[in-house]
Amino acid sequence: MAIIQSNECISPDIYKMSVTFSGTVLPGQFFMLRAWDKDPLLSRPISVHDYVPGKVTFLYQVVGKGTKILAKLKTGDNVEIQGPYGNGFPEITGDLCVVGGGIGVAPLYYLVKHYKEKKPNGNCRVYLGFRENAYCVEAYEAIADEVILDIGGIITNQLRVQPDEVVMTCGPEIMMASVAKTVPLENVVYVSMEAHMACGIGACLGCTCETKSGNKKVCKDGPVFLREEVFYV
Amino acid sequence: MSNCLETKFNDILFKNPVIPASGTFGFGREYEAFYDLNKLGGLCSKGLTLEPKSGNRGIRLWETPAGLMNSIGLENPGVDAFIKNEWPHLKDIDTVTIINVGGKDEESYLTAIKKLNAIDAKLIELNISCPNVKAGGMAYGIKAATAGEITKKVVAISRHPVMVKLSPNGEAIADIAKACEEAGAQGISLINTLQGMAIDYKKKAVVFDNLYAGLSGPAVKPIALRMTHQVCQAVRIPVMAMGGISNWEDALEFIMAGATCIQVGTMNFNNPLAPIEMIEGLEAYCQKEGLANISEIRGII
Repeated sequence: MAIIQSNECISPDIYKMSVTFSGTVLPGQFFMLRAWDKDPLLSRPISVHDYVPGKVTFLYQVVGKGTKILAKLKTGDNVEIQGPYGNGFPEITGDLCVVGGGIGVAPLYYLVKHYKEKKPNGNCRVYLGFRENAYCVEAYEAIADEVILDIGGIITNQLRVQPDEVVMTCGPEIMMASVAKTVPLENVVYVSMEAHMACGIGACLGCTCETKSGNKKVCKDGPVFLREEVFYV
Repeated sequence: MSNCLETKFNDILFKNPVIPASGTFGFGREYEAFYDLNKLGGLCSKGLTLEPKSGNRGIRLWETPAGLMNSIGLENPGVDAFIKNEWPHLKDIDTVTIINVGGKDEESYLTAIKKLNAIDAKLIELNISCPNVKAGGMAYGIKAATAGEITKKVVAISRHPVMVKLSPNGEAIADIAKACEEAGAQGISLINTLQGMAIDYKKKAVVFDNLYAGLSGPAVKPIALRMTHQVCQAVRIPVMAMGGISNWEDALEFIMAGATCIQVGTMNFNNPLAPIEMIEGLEAYCQKEGLANISEIRGII
């Protein structure tokens, strides 16, 4: 059980929640969150937006019954968190280019922060695409070397990748498919997949993702995969 | 620890009557992070088929009020890979291992069963009730006549006792249970998921590629309880009940309706500790009620 330190609306239907947490977390990992009994039945897989020792922060969009309940929670309330789960984004040696779309920008903040902490001289460029309302842009500007923003258009139209950059992306599948297709094959690309999930630990086989080496579990084998595993390029 | 929960299912001794259900527990490994699997009464494997199966495409899970629809489609590594990779681990757990077996036709059922004769499992759960596969699966389980036929053939070649897992989607379930009993089944488990449907109005399309899917979870409990009661009234072989059992109180209700053991399915996803909490709850109940064994209240309804 975790205690909520803050839970605020930062944009229409977008909330940022910080909770107490005593373990460690890698960028790209997620937790299963719940603050209800049997309805909804399942916990909600929510990616880690930020982490500092003692505290983990989630950025989430209110979509259905579960996230509606989460949005109503107040500072001091309890929320059950299970995790962290999933493989997370790998550590890299080159420069980093991240591409986020919509609520898919959520896990990229801790990714960029972690990268800059490990590699202060590494270059990190961030592409952010939103349909209507942008959020977290200033936060990214504070830690990245460059932020390219698109609202209402197609972020991947602006995407120009440098030869030595590793690309990491999270967002709508159609956007990630476009990243997978447009980034030259010489660049390494990691995609963070999403799927309906029941257990979060690899038991239910609900979040299966077809890959070149057979079915993989988004929750346990992923959510981060190499582009060529999941997208035809 | 007292042995008030010790339960005999025919001559198989379970340390308690709580068993995670097939398809919700993998082959056990995933839950080892949460508790000691040796505490479980039994453990039911993911449904196995002769050949490996990659399962269904598209969305596989969809929540409903207090329920969950699934269309996994029996994704599994196949019997050979199970025996090679999973059984060595599973066999060392001090619990009653139950192997769930599905098939697409008679031959695939029988070949899978023959291969499983090579291992020392305690019980086969014959799955003739999966609603999510096109061939076989539920086709055998919705009619008493076909359920009886396949059961007879499987019982004849299996060196393990066979418990037949029934579908709630067919003929009167008590009739199917009786047909399986007459065919030599040593136990009945029920219910598999109820066939349902989901439409995504925003996409103007069905949710599942396979059109229909199986509903489970607390939403189905009253139906499962009724069917358990009907089957327990109809057969003399022991019954392992499941369907929306979410806490020890639910478990107790199924035992009062006549179930020998209970299985915990969907609730493993809601609360990974659900089976353990049920064992503790049932134990506390026996102590409070002064029951030497849980069997004293079995079938009182």
